Amino acid sequence: MSVATKPAPPAGSSSLARNQLPRRTTQLVLVLSFAAGAGLSALFGGFSVVSFAVLSVLVFLVVNTALSAVVEGRRKATDKLVTALVYTAFGIALVPLISVIWSVLDNGLPRFSVDFLTTSMRNVTGLNDQQALEGAAPFIGGAYHAILGTFLITGLATIISVPIGLLTSVYLVEYGRGRLARSITFFVDVMTGIPSIVAGLFAAALFAVLFGVGTRNGFAGAVALSVLMIPVVVRSSEEMLRIVPNELREAAYALGVPKWRTIVRVVIPTAISGIASGVTLAIARVVGETAPLIVTAGFTSSINSNPFSDWMMSLPAYVYSQAMRPLSGSSPQPSFDRAWAAALTLILIVMLLNLVARLIARLFAPKTGR
Amino acid sequence: MTGTSKRIDVGDLNVYYGSFLAVEGVSMAIEPRSVTAFIGPSGCGKSTFIRTLNRMHEVIPGARVEGKVMLDGEDLYGSNVDPVTVRRQVGMVFQRPNPFPTMSIRDNVLAGMKLNSNRLSKSDAKDIVERSLQGANLWNEVKDRLDKPGSGLSGGQQQRLCIARAIAVQPDVLLMDEPCSALDPISTLAIEDLIGELKKNYTIVIVTHNMQQAARVSDRTAFFNIAGTGKPGKLIEMDDTTKIFTNPTVKATEDYVSGRFG
Repeated sequence: MSVATKPAPPAGSSSLARNQLPRRTTQLVLVLSFAAGAGLSALFGGFSVVSFAVLSVLVFLVVNTALSAVVEGRRKATDKLVTALVYTAFGIALVPLISVIWSVLDNGLPRFSVDFLTTSMRNVTGLNDQQALEGAAPFIGGAYHAILGTFLITGLATIISVPIGLLTSVYLVEYGRGRLARSITFFVDVMTGIPSIVAGLFAAALFAVLFGVGTRNGFAGAVALSVLMIPVVVRSSEEMLRIVPNELREAAYALGVPKWRTIVRVVIPTAISGIASGVTLAIARVVGETAPLIVTAGFTSSINSNPFSDWMMSLPAYVYSQAMRPLSGSSPQPSFDRAWAAALTLILIVMLLNLVARLIARLFAPKTGR
Repeated sequence: MTGTSKRIDVGDLNVYYGSFLAVEGVSMAIEPRSVTAFIGPSGCGKSTFIRTLNRMHEVIPGARVEGKVMLDGEDLYGSNVDPVTVRRQVGMVFQRPNPFPTMSIRDNVLAGMKLNSNRLSKSDAKDIVERSLQGANLWNEVKDRLDKPGSGLSGGQQQRLCIARAIAVQPDVLLMDEPCSALDPISTLAIEDLIGELKKNYTIVIVTHNMQQAARVSDRTAFFNIAGTGKPGKLIEMDDTTKIFTNPTVKATEDYVSGRFG
């Protein structure tokens, strides 16, 4: 087997090899750019974080790309430029997120305590706040009634929305054909775009017609939220049901399993992880709604655990009322602190829900282990 | 294994997708306790036709059938016939292995009963699982991991699991739509051996693209062909397998089995 082949090129001069920058070049350029950015920023009208960040990034983009273009050639230079732009965009996208979390933690933590989570605002007045500011009394007043209200209202909204939303998506995926299915899809899309205040006014008007003008309770709030939640649940579960392979349905039919049993025992269990996380995200989406709850559930400073009678507080409404109508007009700071602490509580609840969604998705996911 | 094995008589069957005539004028007799193979070029309607034998065809929106399919003298397409009852008697194995991903190996075998919520005593369930898996030549490979998910098996094992699932409900007829097309030669051999075993108890109909496979496993062979794109598929010739492969009556059959086209 001695076929004449080209002699291998001597090491180091392969026709496939190209000039390459040393491995750590990019990191080095980045560090130098930060230094240059700091220097330039100080040079032009005094150091500031914004001009430092902008100038460093610009210096890095220019130097890194130019260096690569000179040594490595055009393709690698383009690659480095686009990579750097992608990282920059990612960094910019993170700015508002980190800034929101920072300010909520910074402002909310001082008043955030077990006491805040377990007491209501009943009999807390502006006088208490003034005395607390003077150091004559402890800060009192919490958000227990609002947390309870948020859980009750959102829970009820979930109980209303999930069956309706899930069954609608089952209809759309498994049964719906022709004009009816198309119009349902259309109206679900329209519902997705309904402004939340309109949903609130709808629920308020509905309860005004049914139970008299001015009826406000937690259940009305739940109805308003479910108007917002149903389209989200329909959309997400529809996507999940559609990606269940048709072969599984056919396998069940071929075993003589009726269609409804196939849906209940095969299709939904296969998609359950996606459906469950979709539902959790829908809850997270409505838990922070303010406007619809203000017009349907109202405000209160007392604990109300019955969603079917009397006004009920919720966390967003609590934040709104503490921030816009402080208890003491002359010394509003304690009320602002309570608003921030409630905002922190709300963010924690949403984060918790997102974690739960991930956990559910992992628990229910079809197993593939051996 | 106690299948009852029934014969199928098809009379002048037309199969439609909406207004499109996919298969035209098929009449044939399928004998019990034998293997009948359908061969023919792609798109000639073999798979479409086999799916009419257990009313799986109509699962596709707009699909319908004209004509008669008699299972031991009873018309599958008669009025008041429930397709669900038909499918309990005529089982099916698909081209791609499709075990239920949410179920263990044991539950996959018992899927026919469990999904229908039939009450099963523990010992009955155990018997059925062992009998079906042994029937599908899979028992020795999985007996120690019946609680593991079925999707963790290899492709060939998954396909045999699907066969075990199909025979666990003791159908009279077993339809196989290209059961080996996604498998390697070793797994294919295992399934062909299995078909030879199963035909003692079941009526078996198999669609295959592999002519050697048809020659190896089947007693009778039906050749389907299509005149051109957009034309309906037709049954050209059906006879004993040896006759089809050595001395077919129709020229097109001879051209196809000798590899001159297709």
